[in-house]
Amino acid sequence: MAASARPRLPDWLLPWLSVLGVLVLFDVLPRIGVLPEAHFPPISKTLGTLFDQLSVSEFWNAVGDTVQGWALGLLVAAALAIPLGILIGSSGLLYRSVRGVIEFLRPIPSVALIPLAILIYGSGIKSVVFLAAFAAFWQLIVQVLYGVQDVDPVATDTARSFGLSRPQRLLRVTLPSSVPYIATGLRLASAVSLILTVTAELVIGSSGLGKEISQARSGGDVQLMYALIIATGVLGLVLNLVFVQAERRVLRWHPSQRRAAT
Amino acid sequence: MSARGKHFLGVGLEIAVPIALLVIWGVLSAGSKTYYFPPLTDIFTAFKDNWLFERVSSDVVPSLTRMFAGFGIAIVVGISAGLLFGLSRRARIAADPILEFLRAIPPPALLPFAILVFGVGNGMKIFIIALVCLWPILLNTIDGVNSVDPTLRETAYMYGIPWRDRIWGVMLPAASPQIFAGIRTSLSLALILMVISEMVASTNGIGYFVLQSQRTFAIPEMWSGIFLLGILGYVFNAGFGLIEKRVLRWHRGARASALG
Repeated sequence: MAASARPRLPDWLLPWLSVLGVLVLFDVLPRIGVLPEAHFPPISKTLGTLFDQLSVSEFWNAVGDTVQGWALGLLVAAALAIPLGILIGSSGLLYRSVRGVIEFLRPIPSVALIPLAILIYGSGIKSVVFLAAFAAFWQLIVQVLYGVQDVDPVATDTARSFGLSRPQRLLRVTLPSSVPYIATGLRLASAVSLILTVTAELVIGSSGLGKEISQARSGGDVQLMYALIIATGVLGLVLNLVFVQAERRVLRWHPSQRRAAT
Repeated sequence: MSARGKHFLGVGLEIAVPIALLVIWGVLSAGSKTYYFPPLTDIFTAFKDNWLFERVSSDVVPSLTRMFAGFGIAIVVGISAGLLFGLSRRARIAADPILEFLRAIPPPALLPFAILVFGVGNGMKIFIIALVCLWPILLNTIDGVNSVDPTLRETAYMYGIPWRDRIWGVMLPAASPQIFAGIRTSLSLALILMVISEMVASTNGIGYFVLQSQRTFAIPEMWSGIFLLGILGYVFNAGFGLIEKRVLRWHRGARASALG
């Protein structure tokens, strides 16, 4: 058959080829004038700029500011959402009474609160953390509520009949069994926290990568703008990877626990 | 308490608590001299003056037009490209690193890029909304098409159903629950990007109005815009839920009967 006679590229080569292809395309097209070079500098020049930035201290300061906003936002959200979610989720009546409020507040785009954040907190790190924490909070609490509702009733009942008090049950049964949901929630919240951090830097002008990108554009330094966008993408990729790895560890523990139980 | 009574108490609380919170806000803020938190009645007055229906044609309509234009483009491109990558394993493997990287870029970071290429007009806003909404729909479609039951796929093939009918009649319906999950995520993204793009560069729109009100210290107006955005977010979410329920009714029915 013709198809089998033709030599086929091995699967592992495909991602490398496609990445290479895209890089070559975005290097050649601007050079031969298909893409306007003023808007799309050849990718090799952009990557060169990115490489130069790695030895510039302002670049690392901007990265540091963005990471700080992201981390503090996520931390505040976690400190509020995890205890609140466990508390609300483990009481049926409490859950019913706040569910409507959560369902109403959750879809509110957190960016609508940017003007309020500027009014109350100014244009510094406080505004960034407020916005990032607000947005991440909803992602997280919804997952925590799911997790708490999904606790095996047999486990709760067993703990109760062994005479564990309510706080003990929360700590020893509810919390551990909702860990996979919390891990997922943290991963989603991390992405949202980063998005809101960059948004705040861009719109409010708090220091960080978002502000640098915006300034590079208004200053006409297109190569720097692309270099910083790529750097922001790498940051997003790294943070996501950290959480995926951490989640994998947590989930590895979880099914093994279940298998031992049956 | 009987299960029925408990159910009614639950429903009652679900309705009563938000109303109670609003009333508490109204009472606490009445006669408020705090600059940032004007009396709730002032906010309502500002809301009525601005949004019923003074600014509907000048701000709300342009905003929503841009949002749904971008959202619509994302749905069409996302589902078509998703089908392509979902059907071809090798195309999927090849595209994976590029898609993963583009998805990892926080969407607002692309806004300066959009301004550079498209200027500050409607094109830029529609482009950025479409670009950001694309990823959840695309990735969910790929996943959905990819996980269509092979028996279903092969049966349709063996019966000699033409490929066009196979796509419309078999692949898309089977993948639709996941596609809808992607579209739902994108809908909230569309609203967010609509607001951000109007805050960064615009001369009209709800996002522009809210930020402009803050800059001119028109605080009740600013709050009224925040309220409007909250209401829009809630209405879109609820409306989409209804559509999803209707379109996927067969799916829920099939699942329920399979579970017995």
